[in-house]
Amino acid sequence: MGFVEPNNALLDLWLDRAENQTDKGWSGQQRADARARVQKMGLPNRRDEYWKYTRPDRLTEAAVPTAELLSSEDQEIFSGFEQIKIVFVDGVFSPELSDALDGHDVSIELLSQTRTQEGHWASDIFGQLEAAGQSPVERPLAALNTALAEDGVLVHAKGATSKPVHLIYLRQNQSCDVMLHHVVKVDSGASLSFLESGAVGARSNLVLETDIEAAGSFHHVRIQGRDHQRLASTHQFARLRQESTFKSFTLTANGALTRNECVIELLGDDGIAHVAGACVGDGDFVHDDTVFVTHDAVGCESRQVFKKVLRNGATGVFQGKILVKQDAQKTDGYQISQSLLLDEDSQFLAKPELEIYADDVACSHGSTSGAVDEDALFYLRSRGVPKALATDMLTLSFLAEAVDEIDDAELINSVVEWLEGWLERRRT
Amino acid sequence: MATLDKIEVKDGVDQKTVEAVHEVGQTYKHGWNTEIEMDYAPKGVNPDIVKLISKNNDEPQWMTDWRLQALERWERLKEPTWAMVSYPEIDFQDIYYYARPKSMIEKPKSLDEVDPKLLATYEKLGIPLKEQMILAGVEGAENAPAEGRKVAVDAVFDSVSVGTTFQDELKKAEVIFCSISEAIKEHPDLVKKYLGTVVPVSDNYFATLNSAVFSDGSFVYIPPGVRCPMELSTYFRINAENTGQFERTLIIADKGSYVSYLEGCTAPKRDTAQLHAAVVEIIVEEDAEVKYSTVQNWFPGDEEGNGGIYNFVTKRADCRGDRSKVMWTQVETGSAVTWKYPSCILRGNESQGEFYSIAIANNHQQADTGTKMVHLGQNTKSRIVSKGISAGVAQNTYRGLVSMHPKAKNSRNYTQCDSLLIGGKCGAHTVPYIEVKNNSSRAEHEATTSKVDDDQLFYCRQRGMDEEAAVALVVNGFCKEVLQALPMEFAMEAQQLVAISLEGSVG
Repeated sequence: MGFVEPNNALLDLWLDRAENQTDKGWSGQQRADARARVQKMGLPNRRDEYWKYTRPDRLTEAAVPTAELLSSEDQEIFSGFEQIKIVFVDGVFSPELSDALDGHDVSIELLSQTRTQEGHWASDIFGQLEAAGQSPVERPLAALNTALAEDGVLVHAKGATSKPVHLIYLRQNQSCDVMLHHVVKVDSGASLSFLESGAVGARSNLVLETDIEAAGSFHHVRIQGRDHQRLASTHQFARLRQESTFKSFTLTANGALTRNECVIELLGDDGIAHVAGACVGDGDFVHDDTVFVTHDAVGCESRQVFKKVLRNGATGVFQGKILVKQDAQKTDGYQISQSLLLDEDSQFLAKPELEIYADDVACSHGSTSGAVDEDALFYLRSRGVPKALATDMLTLSFLAEAVDEIDDAELINSVVEWLEGWLERRRT
Repeated sequence: MATLDKIEVKDGVDQKTVEAVHEVGQTYKHGWNTEIEMDYAPKGVNPDIVKLISKNNDEPQWMTDWRLQALERWERLKEPTWAMVSYPEIDFQDIYYYARPKSMIEKPKSLDEVDPKLLATYEKLGIPLKEQMILAGVEGAENAPAEGRKVAVDAVFDSVSVGTTFQDELKKAEVIFCSISEAIKEHPDLVKKYLGTVVPVSDNYFATLNSAVFSDGSFVYIPPGVRCPMELSTYFRINAENTGQFERTLIIADKGSYVSYLEGCTAPKRDTAQLHAAVVEIIVEEDAEVKYSTVQNWFPGDEEGNGGIYNFVTKRADCRGDRSKVMWTQVETGSAVTWKYPSCILRGNESQGEFYSIAIANNHQQADTGTKMVHLGQNTKSRIVSKGISAGVAQNTYRGLVSMHPKAKNSRNYTQCDSLLIGGKCGAHTVPYIEVKNNSSRAEHEATTSKVDDDQLFYCRQRGMDEEAAVALVVNGFCKEVLQALPMEFAMEAQQLVAISLEGSVG
């Protein structure tokens, strides 16, 4: 990749670790393939076009970074819901804090507990969606995760599930490198809600592969914790069959560096894929949403809605792409990325792309960036609203379009409440 | 039009539209060539060739050194691969870098001494060099004076400038408009001061090659406070086979001046590809304004994708002074491969940059074109309107950068890029880069890709129009914003070129 030799110290270190993995099991071949892939690609470096706006250095440094612990109540957003709790502490599954894995209308297993088995339903998905997602753009961190991740959940929804599966990440160690690899399969006609919350690690690398069969539906809501010094890289790979639905929303607050990649392939006719994200960043904050949606079937709909509020020198990045293949007629593709810059030092960098090979499509994208609307602010103040509160109101209304992408009214309310709290704490 | 069958046409696309778009690629009316005795430099590029070009142009030593330095840099550069275009590898040593008509070895002193064959070439192209023939009235142009509008032309034939018209009248206004080879001799101070300051010698692979081997081109200097009395125009013609054309244009608009500059290009039909790597530099000082319009109609290659021009061009304007303004308008219908990003560096406070583009790609054409708006000064404004039309198996890409630097407070950008697809085998792509580094600036980007919009069509039909007229109206509207930005003369030519049933809108 690129002209510069990547920083491979970390790669060597990690791959040495992989060398010592002795288990074969159902995922052995996929791991070996992923290792070969990442060795061939090398880790990303700042000369890579795909990392033009976000320097990957801190994600690929060999030394394990430290991040101060911060007590956080992020998971409380989901507290009002009946749920199946699965807790990872510093990347290690905690049976004490988690609910029982069995006895639900959805099958939940752990990667670590099944690894020595021969044959598993997840072998058709694990590492396969990631491998498919390496073209046309390489994602070495995801391949690295497939090769090395020690744990993660394997969730199989065979019908409509009554309770959402909630992954809670807790952090007790200031310095830990966490890699988790989750696999979700939604059978034909089945549905699943999947929640994630909390601080994963000082540095984390998460991969979520989701395979949705015909008419299946998958809802994903993720709260990336209020962890100031966190470094995070996440990849979501989704494969959608006929008439299936994929909806994902991510709320991010703070964190030193977050790169969320989402790779979606619409392979069946009339599929629906929505990806949305709202992020609020203050100070030393880099947040990067990189989305790649491929339309490879007739009549599919995709939406990308990303909103960023940035202050005190925070940086927001959006790289989105809609690729419409030649046979993907009647495609409806929409993409919007907007940022609200609350002061002079913050910046927004965007690359919203379209690549279209079919003619009967309606694809559009928009991208805007600017400060709080002075006229709106003046209007509110003339009605007696104090400036700080008025700014918060306008900021919330700006984020609303992304938050509204969540399919559940109650959940929308709790996310909005959470955002209000975040803004209130920063009121000047 | 039997070949029309090859294009897969979807319902709702007006047959006339298809034919017209098809025609642009199909019947290339400038595809003939002039039988004229040429004087070639040996093929390939090396220091000796560069020295020879420099010597043929009678250049001073500093210019020769400048070229040699560029060549040295070029040899160390790699050809860029990031554009969404693919073409067979170019053998840079298998191209003639210099070709001039034999009759031009001794430069004619006036147009009367120019080889009649050359003049006939331009007449055939509709570019009359004889001044008395330039009074071409434009019918229906309400704003044009009764006797029509004058356009001064600098005609470049392969590697040399054939002649520049209206010299006397321009001299009266103290405007300098001549070939760049002449400017290097006559106005070395100006050339030395400005050449390479907007597009540095080693800016990119093709610009660096151009710096080493450019043979001719146009030079314009508008003194302070002067409004150029007529439109200036350069007409480029590649005639010789296996020849690359490397022209260099330098336009300087001094304080408070104004100029409108037109550029046209054609080449004969040949089944081997030819290279065109030009550099255009524009310097806009305080309160000055430059309009630069291009109708690019290089030979696009035949229907199977053989031959055609590889058009790798670097164009950049530097708005140095406060309140300066530059406007790029381009209609790109020709060339097999286009790689072109006319850019604006908005350095002065309150400076403005505008970019209007129509790019049509048909058959096997590939176009990767767009602009860069770099906002450095405060209160700077830019506007981008790009319309791409793809047909056949062509690929059309808009690639652009809008960058607001931290110090460019209160800047504005508006970008709109729309793509229209005709037929199911072509592609339309959009690759914008948006970088906003302060919060008082506002950047807006909108892009759509579609076939002719059903709702608009329905609206028109509901008002009683038949489908063909409705589509014509919609497609007409699709290009209108850009066509309106062109000077009248060019709008006429562009309209013909675009030729997408523009009933009743322009002219």
